[in-house]
Amino acid sequence: MTRKLALRVGELVLVLLIVSLGVFSLMALLPGDPAVAILGAGQPPEAYADLREQLGLDEPTFSRYLDWLVSAAQGDLGRSVVPPQSEVVDRIVSALPVSLQIAVMGLVMAMLIAVPVAMWSAYHEGGMVDRLISAGTFALLSVPSFLAGLLLIMLVVDGTGWFPRSEWVRLGEGDLLGNLHHAFLPALTVALAELAMFARVLRGDLITTLREDFILAARAKGMPPLRVLFSDALRPSSFSLVTLMGLSLGRLIGSTVIVEYLFSLPGMGSLVVNAANQGDFPMVQGAVLVIAVLYVLINAGIDLSYGYLDPRTRRAHV
Amino acid sequence: MTAPLLEVDDLHTTFRTPRGAMRAVDGVSLSLAAGETLGIVGESGSGKSVLGRTIMGLITNGPTTEVTGSVRLAGVDVHGVKPAGRRELWGTTVAMVFQDPMTSLNPVKRVGLHLTESLRLHKGLSKGAARERAVELLRQVGIPEPARRAGQYPHELSGGMRQRVVIAMALACDPQLLIADEPTTALDVTVQKQILDLLQSLAERLHMATILVSHDLGTVAGRTDRVAVMYAGRVAESAGTDAVFGTPRHPYSQALIESIPSIESRPHSLLATIEGSPPNMLAPPAGCRFAARCRYAVDRCRVEAPALEPRGAAAGSVVACHFPLTAPLHHQHQEVGA
Repeated sequence: MTRKLALRVGELVLVLLIVSLGVFSLMALLPGDPAVAILGAGQPPEAYADLREQLGLDEPTFSRYLDWLVSAAQGDLGRSVVPPQSEVVDRIVSALPVSLQIAVMGLVMAMLIAVPVAMWSAYHEGGMVDRLISAGTFALLSVPSFLAGLLLIMLVVDGTGWFPRSEWVRLGEGDLLGNLHHAFLPALTVALAELAMFARVLRGDLITTLREDFILAARAKGMPPLRVLFSDALRPSSFSLVTLMGLSLGRLIGSTVIVEYLFSLPGMGSLVVNAANQGDFPMVQGAVLVIAVLYVLINAGIDLSYGYLDPRTRRAHV
Repeated sequence: MTAPLLEVDDLHTTFRTPRGAMRAVDGVSLSLAAGETLGIVGESGSGKSVLGRTIMGLITNGPTTEVTGSVRLAGVDVHGVKPAGRRELWGTTVAMVFQDPMTSLNPVKRVGLHLTESLRLHKGLSKGAARERAVELLRQVGIPEPARRAGQYPHELSGGMRQRVVIAMALACDPQLLIADEPTTALDVTVQKQILDLLQSLAERLHMATILVSHDLGTVAGRTDRVAVMYAGRVAESAGTDAVFGTPRHPYSQALIESIPSIESRPHSLLATIEGSPPNMLAPPAGCRFAARCRYAVDRCRVEAPALEPRGAAAGSVVACHFPLTAPLHHQHQEVGA
């Protein structure tokens, strides 16, 4: 067990090293000179040279990478090169909770809708409702999130006025209800796109599971249908769903840019996009690194959950 | 005599398939008294498993299934009551042991939970009491170290052990009728006898009626009071087990018995087989369904389906044949399974 865990951690560290190298080289390889991007064109050459020296850009790339990595490991991701030159870490600490909250809330909402829908669909496979649900999820899948978000804004915000459009109440500033109120619509926008996929995948797996003998055996014991669905069928059917959910969560943290723009949320997506536009390479590097680390950790967690989902896999892992 | 525990009357189970109606069970009547044992024997596709599941109500009227006729189990019309009423019977009045113990236990549930969940549902036992009872049940079906086994997952047990768990699961709430659907087909030959012996002794001890479904006459021989031989969705012959083995009256029963290899037959002698294959149940033949493969068949057999009648034999013995056989089977095969 200890050995297994050590191997696992070693694997994680290796993956993260590769990711960090990738992130760093990406920025180093990008065309354009950061000094020009920052100062603008038409300055005297000495000014550019001075700035490059100040930013450490005159050093060899690899030694810059090592420096960056060592500081990053100590929790220092450097300073933004764009005024007001704030600490990268500070900006991430303020943006990350927003994105995490929207992503997690969106996924929870997606699951709350997708699981019962998929169950109903699978239990009444081929029936009227199943076919309606299949058509509905297919339609949802083909709606891009900017459209879904715009429609929600039009219908719910402008139409009813129940929800605010473009403010954000931070979590932990005392007003939990206010925060949830503001987060609801963006999370729903995210959920709509994800839940269709979840429902379709889970429906397929459930249909396969429901044909198993152990489902018949559970029914033959007199278990009520709902109980058979939840306690016998759901867990063995949730492999693909859980995998998909892990990938979604990782992806959503960094790429809800559209939803963030629509609802004016100060999240990670807009942070990265703005930084990239301004040539703010320390900011991009830092943000992408944090997103990558989260992605890797989340999926490591998903891998661990397989052991819970199916006890037969517990021995198979080395 | 009181009303029988199980009364099946002219039961038909028809599956609507894209290629037409498939009559899996086509007019079966039988009855079973409390504590009585019945063997249902037939080759693959004869409808015996579907019959078992229809009796229990696991197969009932639905979008693709039509059940006609009636099944009365302990006074309840199995296909007439609401689903909730059927579920009340399951586990407590009737229980089933399935064919493949590798697939009939949920891989993500511990062995003990398979037992405790029905104990808690039907008997309202507390968590602790259910666990104690579960361990007791596991001991009853001959599982060593039952307390430890209860905490394991199905994949940690051998096939024979798993089938014992499946049996314990069926017994958990003291059913009056146990339907064992090919309970040993998926098991090693050495384990098969142990499982059959276990089922037999439990049925006797708990005074439980048993229906033993099998494709293998040898499984049923000597273990059940009566045998019903099924062919193509119908009962070909039903009689006391000794009578069927001693004086089979249907040519199909005779052919089945003759095709059991005997320990006394000479080495390298040819095994008797039944020529041909069962009829297509999407379009069954008009007359006797066995006519095409029957060595005694005459024109009448191909036109007119024989009814299941006593035809001169002792009470409780019926055969569906225009020309039932009368001579006892005079060779060693009577020894089978004794």
